[in-house]
Amino acid sequence: MPDSLNPSAKSEGQSRKSDFPIFANNPRDLPLIYLDSGASTQKPQAVIDATSHFYAHDYANIHRGVYRLSQVATHAYEIGRETVARFIHSPSPDSIVFTRGATESFNLLADCLGRSGLIKAGDRIVLTEVEHHANIIPWQMLRDRLGLQLAVVPLMDSGALDLDEFERLLQPPTRLVSFTHISNVTGLVNPVARMVAAAAARGVMTVIDGCQAVAHRPVNVEQLGCDFYIFSGHKLYGPTGTGVLYGRGDLLGKLPPYQTGGDMITTVTFAETRFQPPPQRFEAGTPNIAGVVGLTAAIGYVESLGFDWIVAHEKQLLELGLKRLQTIDRVKIIPVSGDRSGAISFTLEGIHPHDIATVLDDHSNVAVRAGHHCAQPLMQRLGLAATIRASLGVYNDRDCIEALAMGLEQVNRIFK
Amino acid sequence: MNNELRELYQDIILDHGRHPRNFGELAGATHHAHGHNPLCGDTVTVFLIMGSDGRVQRVTFMGHGCAISMASASMMTEVAVGKTEAEVEAIFGEFQNRAKGDLTHAAPKGFEDEIERLDALTGVSAYPSRVKCAVLPWHAMRSALADGAEVTSDGGKE
Repeated sequence: MPDSLNPSAKSEGQSRKSDFPIFANNPRDLPLIYLDSGASTQKPQAVIDATSHFYAHDYANIHRGVYRLSQVATHAYEIGRETVARFIHSPSPDSIVFTRGATESFNLLADCLGRSGLIKAGDRIVLTEVEHHANIIPWQMLRDRLGLQLAVVPLMDSGALDLDEFERLLQPPTRLVSFTHISNVTGLVNPVARMVAAAAARGVMTVIDGCQAVAHRPVNVEQLGCDFYIFSGHKLYGPTGTGVLYGRGDLLGKLPPYQTGGDMITTVTFAETRFQPPPQRFEAGTPNIAGVVGLTAAIGYVESLGFDWIVAHEKQLLELGLKRLQTIDRVKIIPVSGDRSGAISFTLEGIHPHDIATVLDDHSNVAVRAGHHCAQPLMQRLGLAATIRASLGVYNDRDCIEALAMGLEQVNRIFK
Repeated sequence: MNNELRELYQDIILDHGRHPRNFGELAGATHHAHGHNPLCGDTVTVFLIMGSDGRVQRVTFMGHGCAISMASASMMTEVAVGKTEAEVEAIFGEFQNRAKGDLTHAAPKGFEDEIERLDALTGVSAYPSRVKCAVLPWHAMRSALADGAEVTSDGGKE
């Protein structure tokens, strides 16, 4: 085996498994092989502790109480905003809106843009063929509501987006493009900097789905120059029910509120209401305070590992995985042209992914996603009803790849 | 391989999954309905000819899905022939009980052989997420007999 494929040779093959109690608490005789981080990551003890410490010591509602405890809680929540801003290099914490997750971020953005006057009947929104449903349906609803056009950048057979077509589609009446940083199905890394630059040159607003990116590589929204960047906390080792919408300050300021209620107003009379500026304007009601505290700890955890280590670790596992899977009968890997991150999607010819996933789970305690990955248009493009996706986190190591491979060999034996 | 997995993927299931019987559209079908599982994307369309005596003369199916759903559809096309709608309901009811792990009921009188054949599929009871795979084709057939509405793997109408 060449050194480049031997994780112990470089950036040590040690995974961070021991940071995550789920592995020690696994009730089965077989070790838990968790290869579904693309769906949701497991939680490190640091995140569990931070959340529980917050409830045990510092909890109160925020932005309201004059008492000490409320101020402590408010401080913790706003530290979360500053932490996220630093993490993705947002010029200001005021550009960080907390949501329940990326899905809510997309719905918020589409809804508010639709009522802002920034997008009008006849305008065009451009998506790509590899998008997650959460980056399709809110725009489709907006299209139907406002009378917009929707265009789609095709995926080429090579496994990359057709960037020539992307650039052609940036012409009027295109007003906004929304595309994923990294495909949740194939692991394709889009050339987002180049795509944003092309769109910005034509005055087209840019939205990036960063769900599969933030846990895997450094993100710098200021350098990218995108108008909006969206991700979920639970795919970043943080709690469920946390999400982020980053928006460029001047654009966020032009958006009307999303939901309305407490915590997002300056004055309310029965005649009229004045709203807070961003980001409070978009955070009606009591938010997921403890979730944000947990997300803060998750970002601290990721930063303590550092992206140098994370990127190198996952790259080695991906290379090992691609190589090992190719030794297995019937495996067909969904191709990716160029850079790949975090995931490998594949099929075993003639065997349904759900049967594969059942055997992997039962025989090898390997957790993978089988299905359409909330990306049915991409599945249609690939001519597949479903695939198996193995996706990586910092707790994975080469044993996980070998367990997956041996599980697949067992599948082949059963379905011989 | 553990026993539950061996039970789930026993030879007869693998055989029906690989070589489904009565696969294809049925010319002259008097009834048909489409079923699909939104979770995994499995689809099945069931065609049947109902005789003037009120008994199913022939059943075929088309679609794609996992070994369990294909095997279940294939076995169903054999078991349902010669039955009335009420008899299909009775067989399905007991098959569903067993697929969900409820073994407290006797097979409907006169259909012990049919239930015994379908018992090959009841290995799904150890895999709650896979029960829907086994019952999807039956929901489609029941809908074909009733009103032809599209159904999901829960048996709900779309």
